[in-house]
Amino acid sequence: MADALDRQAQAEAAASPTWHLAQDDHGHGHGSPTILGFWIYLMSDALLFAALFATYGVLSTSYAGGPTPRELFDLPLVALNTAILLVSSITYGFAMLAMERGALRGTQLWLLVTGLFGVAFVGVELYEFSHLIAEGATPQRSGFLSGFFTLVATHGLHVTVGIVWILVMLVQLQQRGLHLDNKRSLLCLSMFWHFLDVIWIGVFTFVYLLGMLR
Amino acid sequence: MSSTNATVHQGEAHDAALHEHGDTHGHGSKRSYLIGFGLSAVLTAIPFWMVMTGSFSPGVTAATVIVLAVVQILVHTVCFLHVNTQAEGGWTLIAYVFTGVIVLITILGSLWIMYHLNTNMMPGMMTGEVSNTP
Repeated sequence: MADALDRQAQAEAAASPTWHLAQDDHGHGHGSPTILGFWIYLMSDALLFAALFATYGVLSTSYAGGPTPRELFDLPLVALNTAILLVSSITYGFAMLAMERGALRGTQLWLLVTGLFGVAFVGVELYEFSHLIAEGATPQRSGFLSGFFTLVATHGLHVTVGIVWILVMLVQLQQRGLHLDNKRSLLCLSMFWHFLDVIWIGVFTFVYLLGMLR
Repeated sequence: MSSTNATVHQGEAHDAALHEHGDTHGHGSKRSYLIGFGLSAVLTAIPFWMVMTGSFSPGVTAATVIVLAVVQILVHTVCFLHVNTQAEGGWTLIAYVFTGVIVLITILGSLWIMYHLNTNMMPGMMTGEVSNTP
C-alpha cells in the first residue's frame, strides 16, 4: 500500500513541475515535515516539564513536618537508574546506526536491548516508589512529596510510553522491514528517547542531588 | 489544496531517493554517539561522587552540580539529538533556543516570585494548614 503510494508519488514528481523550494535539495536531508513537527511536540513537552519542575521547586521545602529528601532518597539507586537510562541512550544510538546501514536484524536487536533497559528503569523507579509509600511518604503527606511524585512519575510515564512505542516499532519492523515510514518513526522515537534522557538529567540534578544537599 | 499535496509527495519521493543513496546526513555517526556517551558518563559520575562523598562544601557542590548538568544537557543536545544549524534548515535549533528561554523564565521566575512571596508574607496572614511553608 505505502510502496504503491511512493511509486505514485515518484511518478507525480516526475510528471509535474517543481513546487517545493530549490533549497530543499541540499543540506538537511529530510523532505518530510514530520521530523520538525515532532520536534515542536517535544519542545511543548519540555514546557510541560518546566511547569512541573517549577512546581516542585516552589514546594520542595514544604515538608509539613514530614520526611525530608535526605531521609528518603537512596542515591545509589538513583545512580543505578541514571546509568541504565544513559546506557539505553547509546544502545538506541546503535539501533539508529544499524538502521542507516540498512541492517534490519541489528536495528531490531538494539531496539530490543533499549526496550529492556527502559523496562529496568521503570522497574527500579516503581521499586523506589513502593518503598517510599511503604514508609508513609505518600504524595498526600506534604507539598514536597506531591511535587516529587508528580514530576518523577510524569517522566516515568513518558518512559513507559516510549517502551510501548519500541514494542510497536519491533512489530512494524518484523512485518514491513526498514521501510521509509518505519525509518521516519524510528527517527522520531530516537528524538523522544534522547529527550527523556535530557529531562532525567534535570530530575537527578534538581530533585535528588540538590535535595540531598538541603 | 492540490499544490500542497504535490509538495508533500515530492518531498517524500525526494526523501526516499536520498535514503536509497545511503545519505546519513544529520543522523549522527558512531563517533558522535561514543563521544556523547563518554562525556555524559563523566559529567554524571562527578556530581554523584561529589554529593555522595560530601568532601566539598554544600555551596561549591551545588554550584558544580548545576553547571555540570547544564553542560551535560548541551552534550546530549549536540551528540544525541543532533541539533545544529543545518538540521531542518536551522528550525530545530531556533525552536530549541526559544524553548530554553521559556523554560528558564518559567522555572527561575516561579522560584523568584514564590520565594519573595513567602518571605514577605506576614505570619498572621497564613492559614493554619499551610503555615509550615517557610
